[in-house]
Amino acid sequence: MDAESLLLSLELASGSGQGLSPDRRASLLTSLMLVKRDYRYDRVLFWGRILGLVADYYIAQGLSEDQLSPRKTLYSLNCMEWSLLPPATEEMVVQTSVVKGRFMGDPSHEYEHTELQKMSEGEKVFEEEVVVQIKEETRLVSVIDQIDKAVAVIPRGALFKTPFGPIHVNRTFEGLSLSEAKKLSSYFHFREPVELKNKTLLEKADLDPSLDFMDPLEHDIPKGSWSIQMERGNALVVLRSLLWPGLTFFHAPRTKNYGYIYVGTGEKNIDLPFML
Amino acid sequence: MEDLTSPKQDQENQELGEARRPWEEISASSQDPESGLSEPLEPEQWLETGPQPRSGPPQSPQSRASPPLDDVTGPGAPSPPSPAPEASFIPSTLALARQQLAAPWQSDRTTDVNPKAETPHSHRLEQSSDQGKSTAPQTCQSEGDTFQQSQQTERHLYGSEDVSNNNSKQKELRFNIFQEEDSNSNYELDHTESGISEGAPSPLEIAIQSAKAYLLKTSSKSGLNLYDHLSDMLTKVLDERPENAVDIIESISQDVKMAHFRKKLDTLQNENEMLPVYETAEKQKALFLQGNLEGVDQELEDEIAESSLPNVMESAFYFEQAGVGLGTDETYRIFLALKQLTDTHPIQRCRFWGKILGLEMNYIVAEVEFREGEDEEDVEEEDVTEERDDGDSDAEENDEDELPRTFYKTPQVIPKEENRTGANKYVYFVCNEPGGPWVKLPPVTPAQIVTARKIKKFFTGRLETPIVSYPPFPGNESNYLRAQIARISAGTHVSPLGFYQFGEEEGEEEEEVEGRRDSFEENPDFEGIQVIDLVESLSNWVHHVQHILSQGRCNWFNPIQKSEEEEEE
Repeated sequence: MDAESLLLSLELASGSGQGLSPDRRASLLTSLMLVKRDYRYDRVLFWGRILGLVADYYIAQGLSEDQLSPRKTLYSLNCMEWSLLPPATEEMVVQTSVVKGRFMGDPSHEYEHTELQKMSEGEKVFEEEVVVQIKEETRLVSVIDQIDKAVAVIPRGALFKTPFGPIHVNRTFEGLSLSEAKKLSSYFHFREPVELKNKTLLEKADLDPSLDFMDPLEHDIPKGSWSIQMERGNALVVLRSLLWPGLTFFHAPRTKNYGYIYVGTGEKNIDLPFML
Repeated sequence: MEDLTSPKQDQENQELGEARRPWEEISASSQDPESGLSEPLEPEQWLETGPQPRSGPPQSPQSRASPPLDDVTGPGAPSPPSPAPEASFIPSTLALARQQLAAPWQSDRTTDVNPKAETPHSHRLEQSSDQGKSTAPQTCQSEGDTFQQSQQTERHLYGSEDVSNNNSKQKELRFNIFQEEDSNSNYELDHTESGISEGAPSPLEIAIQSAKAYLLKTSSKSGLNLYDHLSDMLTKVLDERPENAVDIIESISQDVKMAHFRKKLDTLQNENEMLPVYETAEKQKALFLQGNLEGVDQELEDEIAESSLPNVMESAFYFEQAGVGLGTDETYRIFLALKQLTDTHPIQRCRFWGKILGLEMNYIVAEVEFREGEDEEDVEEEDVTEERDDGDSDAEENDEDELPRTFYKTPQVIPKEENRTGANKYVYFVCNEPGGPWVKLPPVTPAQIVTARKIKKFFTGRLETPIVSYPPFPGNESNYLRAQIARISAGTHVSPLGFYQFGEEEGEEEEEVEGRRDSFEENPDFEGIQVIDLVESLSNWVHHVQHILSQGRCNWFNPIQKSEEEEEE
């Protein structure tokens, strides 16, 4: 959610039950302003909170002018001092996929994972147990990256693509209408499109290239992995992801307010197909 | 009246170039009243003068800032044609021609918009918007009178409405405003133009007019023309003055087009869509009001009410410090809904248990303890299951000759616990949202708890949904919800050591093995434990809800005992 409308966004997203305590909220307001100034970001988003056993991580992201360029992620343990996280790489994701369970809350904590690796010495091939140390920071980076790629949401029309390439915030975005707000197809994944090219020409003909340049949520697998609810009558639409429980996206139709926040343990819900 | 607006007038070229000069002079003289809108009526006709003066009396100083619409009363009020143009007449003829022109002109205007453009006009498009339009009719009438510009015409002009004209007028108005600043330059231009256009219209003017004619062409699909659309857009931009307008100009264009349609459909669409909001608001309003209605009876119920109604706001405050919470107004509504619950049911104690998120709707759960002897339970269902065993064995005995007999007896169904004991210690009510009706959940049976431990399903939000799972869950969503609530309570409700103590009434430990430690109450002598102690180790925290055994009950039920009794019989 945008750091500028932090209080309102927190209020709107409070239906999920997890929020922020007043002291954290106050410190966020000030520290995010400073982050924006120091790192010269165009926009700072408060991404959410990952719950750990000993402490929680508060995550923020900074965006540059082009909204779809890779975001910089920062974390903090006390909402005041922010540290930049390294960008996620493929091997990080692979490496940390073996770590399961809750986050500890201590960024220097190391998970130990024993692997069987085939080592060859000369002619003999045998397996040896190797203990791999994985730092919690790495795990944090890859989890945030996975969540972003899988479930970060933005409503259709909030961003538009200029002919030169960069994506800009659409200043004339007035909000989705009520009928559009109830459909999953009006929400996009906030990431580089993956499935757009697979669409048939017929479907592509209906798209508006300046607005429809990201994947819609409609075709997510498994189907039904999004819970869409209207709260307060029709005044607020809330999308909750069932794949990464804890991600809440809210939007007040016909207004410019929208945002998403993740408050959860950082564990993917692998049992999803059985639970539906 | 020739209201010469002075510089604004653009140079309308007229065919009557001659008229210009004299008009110019006149305009020059009367430049003062520039109401900006007023245009010289050039009697001359046709022309441009036709386009009348917009606002008519120059004097009315329509402040430049006034909205164009006011000024532009008549569509016709075309911007004051440059003093030069038209005016070819001599003032003396003006008076005569005015009245004549008035009538015919109006009739013509409405019909020909396009042709107007074609008449030679000022080269300034903006200014000539009106002028252009009016010129056409004027040209038609040119034979007749021309003059028009008389005030009468103006009045008529104001009367007739022509959307496009209005727009162009607005535009013109704006340009007039701008142009006031450039008055000097304009004026000079006027002069020069008048010189040029003395004779036949120059090729430049013709080009301008044909360009304008092209812009005024109506689209066969939408009925709009580009000229009007551009003028609408520019008006909007100038009204709203957005930052970096050039970047969002396409969206502005779309908005302007959509604005044409909005008026008709607005009321219909809005009503349908906003209904659920209003309904919810009504329901919640009822919540707020019900407190007031029962003010009289409250004194009597105060004693009971105090103990039964929880202080939700206070606990919400503490939870908020921990970062858990539903938002202040949501919590307040839940508080009111709980109050409604306690008012309608005879409740001893009530507590806000929590909120369970579902796919389509959520559940708000209240944990309730009824007053002694007040709860009505249906005890019929248990007997049915016990009889079934006997029925099966009877049926099989008849076929003993043909079919082999099975000796298998289905394991005895473990009976659920009595109300107020074990897992059924409290009764739970749920509603979908504050203001909605409260539904009581049925008591939980051990089989349901055992199965609930093996499956993992999302809640949909509707209590009658069947649960499809393996192993099959005996019941629907309300039973599953109740089972999960029981498990959560048993597993997670903790309190600091010493906060609760057991009731000291039971002295008979030998006889009642089951009911031994059921009831607990708050310890009045509890003094609190240091926060550091509470945080560092878990030994200072205790569960105060009975653990549910793997059998599904809190108190062990021995199924073998009963079968022994049956065998004896």
